[in-house]
Amino acid sequence: MIALEDFALDGNAIGGLLIEVFGTEMTTAVGTCASCGAISQVAELAVYRPALGTVVRCRNCDAVLMTFVRIRGIICVDLEGLASLT
Amino acid sequence: MAGTAVRGRLTWQTATAGSVNDETATVRTIGLDVSDWPGHRAGQHVDIRLTADDGYQAERAYSIASAPGEPLAITVERLDDGEVSPYLTEELQPGDLLEVRGPIGGYFVWEPAFGGPLLLLAGGSGIVPLRAMLRCRRSAGSSVPARLLYSSRSWEDVIYRSELDDAADGVEVFHALTRSQPPGWAGYARRVDGQMLAEVAWPVAQGPLAYVCGPTSFVEAVASGLVGLGYPAGRIKTERFGATGQ
Amino acid sequence: MSPISRGFRRKRQEAPAGRVPPGQYVTTDFPVLSAGPTPHTALTNWTFSIQGGREPKSWTWEEFRALPAETLTTDIHCVTRWSKLDTTWEGVSLDVLLAAVEYDAQYVLAFCDGGYTTNLPMADLTGGRAWVAFGYGGGPLAPEHGGPARLLVPHLYFWKSAKWVRGLRLRDTDEPGFWEMYGYHMYGDPWLEQRYAGD
Repeated sequence: MIALEDFALDGNAIGGLLIEVFGTEMTTAVGTCASCGAISQVAELAVYRPALGTVVRCRNCDAVLMTFVRIRGIICVDLEGLASLT
Repeated sequence: MAGTAVRGRLTWQTATAGSVNDETATVRTIGLDVSDWPGHRAGQHVDIRLTADDGYQAERAYSIASAPGEPLAITVERLDDGEVSPYLTEELQPGDLLEVRGPIGGYFVWEPAFGGPLLLLAGGSGIVPLRAMLRCRRSAGSSVPARLLYSSRSWEDVIYRSELDDAADGVEVFHALTRSQPPGWAGYARRVDGQMLAEVAWPVAQGPLAYVCGPTSFVEAVASGLVGLGYPAGRIKTERFGATGQ
Repeated sequence: MSPISRGFRRKRQEAPAGRVPPGQYVTTDFPVLSAGPTPHTALTNWTFSIQGGREPKSWTWEEFRALPAETLTTDIHCVTRWSKLDTTWEGVSLDVLLAAVEYDAQYVLAFCDGGYTTNLPMADLTGGRAWVAFGYGGGPLAPEHGGPARLLVPHLYFWKSAKWVRGLRLRDTDEPGFWEMYGYHMYGDPWLEQRYAGD
């Protein structure tokens, strides 16, 4: 039985992508989950990369916090799941 | 945006493969020559990009194996069903070109000023960034107390074997060999568990700083185990490498 | 211009034209791609529901498994370029499920445990082209592949075959689901290589 969460990475793995998107190192940035309020450094968030895109989830409630999809060289960024990112 | 202005942090740079060194049957350390390398911190990684002659590109992240001040080097484990790691560990020759982006990472880093005592916990190839931290500690002449608990399948799978054997700089190294052990093995012969952590980990009262790196399931189990020993979550840094195979 | 890395090539070569759509390679694996952890809905809590028809309709696991089911063998095509040939499935045809509902909707949004959604035209779910599949390869569908049940719409790219499906919302307009919102094609015909919006 495969636990898909065992395939998850963390925010460290997308450090380069985050610099591309935000223009600066982001793994120590602190995110607040808009669903459950859990506060975490980006490095410690659960990161899933199913090849179609990158999905970053709250480690506490599994809600999607950030989604990144790169198509034809353009990165689409969705941060709706975060109440804040500082 | 800062990206285009900060050379060496955001942009892809051409790297020339330098020395290659086989650490184990499936693991190789590759020196990379990057002309404007800005230096790096222990624990950081680089993104590597390969381009085939039909334009196909593949990108992967690899932890930096060398200490700050040393030339850039990465250590790569060959994954059976991989696309990039078989190329890097078997095909790549000195003089070949690839692209490097980095150094990347501000969370999973250590330097002597961070103090300790330092507890490093490695599962498999998770040893790579921790080895950079130990080399950093050694080259800085730091006397921060340090312990490494390193879990591998067998002695033949232990990366940087002889370097870690040399305890001259005061690092205590504990090996856990989970699948097979050499004759006469006196070290741990099972997966890391709460009892092993209790025996190896610095007492919480000493204010230790822990770094855990390796497969995701390893990191989850070890981090939980440290929390169970009373380590504050803020004193445990984690880096998950996912899972290989099914 | 990136320098060429001598001797590096993509791992999988494209299959010759004909059996598989353009730009695909054939694999004998069944790659697991997931955007989240494995959901674990107990069968006692599982329902499949169709919303947006004249009246909502819902089946428990027992009621769902009591419906007539079919086995089928089909090829599947992932937008990440792998194709798997002659996969065998067991499931309930959407024709059977939709027959229990009065509707005039032309579009559907499938929704799933874990929050995933994907959109399809109603026409692509009917006429024997779509199933809610609970069996794969002669056994129960494994959780990592979408078990206990997933949508199976093999004539479209496989991201439309939503794992851990829990129901359909019938709609008058075609609204993008999860990947479609970020630029994947609203329809996704692999034979026309409709991977991304604008293809």
